Amino acid sequence: MKQCESIIIGGGPAGLRAAKALLESGARVCLIDRNASMGGQLIKQTHMFFGSEKQHASTRGISIQHKLLSDVMRYGSRIEILSETHVVGVYQDKVIACMKDDRFFKMRGEAIIIATGASEKHLPFENNDLPGVYAAGAVQTLMNEYGIKPGHKVLMVGSGNIGLIVSYQLMQAGVEVVALAEAASQISGYHVHASKIKRHGVDILTNTSIKRALGETEVTGAELWKLDESWQGIEGSEWTIDLDTICISVGLAPLSELFQQVGANVEYVRELGGNVPVIDNTYQTTIDGVYACGDAIGIEEASSAMVEGEMTGIYAAHAMAKAHPNESTRLKALEEELAFLRSGPHAEKIRVGYKKRGEVS
Amino acid sequence: MIEKDGVAPLEMVAKEFPSDPDILYKPKAIIECYKEIPCNPCETSCPFDAITIGEDINKRPHIDFDKCTGCAVCVYNCPGLAITVRQINDEGALLKIPYEFLPLPQKGDSVNVINREGRVIGQGVVKRVQNTMRQDHTPLIHVETRKEHIMDAMTIEVIA
Repeated sequence: MKQCESIIIGGGPAGLRAAKALLESGARVCLIDRNASMGGQLIKQTHMFFGSEKQHASTRGISIQHKLLSDVMRYGSRIEILSETHVVGVYQDKVIACMKDDRFFKMRGEAIIIATGASEKHLPFENNDLPGVYAAGAVQTLMNEYGIKPGHKVLMVGSGNIGLIVSYQLMQAGVEVVALAEAASQISGYHVHASKIKRHGVDILTNTSIKRALGETEVTGAELWKLDESWQGIEGSEWTIDLDTICISVGLAPLSELFQQVGANVEYVRELGGNVPVIDNTYQTTIDGVYACGDAIGIEEASSAMVEGEMTGIYAAHAMAKAHPNESTRLKALEEELAFLRSGPHAEKIRVGYKKRGEVS
Repeated sequence: MIEKDGVAPLEMVAKEFPSDPDILYKPKAIIECYKEIPCNPCETSCPFDAITIGEDINKRPHIDFDKCTGCAVCVYNCPGLAITVRQINDEGALLKIPYEFLPLPQKGDSVNVINREGRVIGQGVVKRVQNTMRQDHTPLIHVETRKEHIMDAMTIEVIA
């Protein structure tokens, strides 16, 4: 069986920064991702990031991917990248099982970091399985990674940052966004993103949701309706819009399968997006030597995932007796960065989620 | 209302303008970042230290119009595209607008001038299209329009 000092599952912003911290500490790293390129969602993010310079603010996601990847590639033989590799099992003796090119193999590591990110949530409504109903992130992948226009007239459902940003990117691709529907009474993402699409003509409809998709073999329209204060549809308020694409952006759920599979304690924390692993203050799960960071432990912005990733890498290196050269100063600085990222009014949910998790575990 | 449709009412916008209107005879950045979000590239990119957010990056930016030269570096560094540069002169209003759509207008083109609600409020003439490597795909359109639109103009629309 192949031996690795440290194994990182997921090459997104958290995994890449964890890899960098481990490499800086002198460890060898095997970085695994099921996609063809490392970077996770960064590779399709053509918008500029928020945050401060420390989290590459004002830089486009795709450029951050180039930076994070070159940061780890310069360690040459100490970094091994396994792309298009699915991790199908993680065991308590720190053995992982992988599939690549229809071939099954196992590896053992001293430390395993699970940074698998999240998947998109769907919304129940009539005909939600018709071709033409997409998750917003899937549309972003089609457009920005594969250069495929998903449709001509789109309804966006959900006004979080992903819904707002993907609407803007659809417009940049020459697609008409006919409306953006939000079930709540207020826009949930950053208002600057909402203003960007509104000034280019997109109607933002609060207290509104989709009742059903119209069409026999593919989407030809959508029936919308107004919602009351308790989020119930108001009979008689329905109206229809002709369109060919419905884009759902109603939040993300952490990809927690591997934590459950390895037998780590997992708890449900609604504010963090769903099932998340119980972790200690070194990002270690309840399984010795198995760590977790990024959206897999709670849905946040990529900026927080990068900070958590580096901290996790430093802690994992420490546990392998490979101290990071600036261990204590880096950890202190990273703690401060996270505190600022989680201190604004938009991070209220995250704060509630972390408080709850603290109480549960 | 900005919380419901993303549109800042003009009373809210007016507070971001210099209190003395004569200050706008020189170009000044108008920052429309109305809500606290963790973000500070406007502060760190300003070559003249005219914008302050401070240690807590959630705070809203504050601009010192005495220091601002209207250079527009913050305009293309703002991830929210929430900053424009505005100036008045005897003929009209001159704006520098971030514009990330294709096709780009050309110098001399007539374009529609659009307000925050997405409605056409008038016409303008493109004076310059600034699109350097440093701007990283956020071109700036310098557009001249009527003086009365100094506050409600927000973007442009290329006329096909």
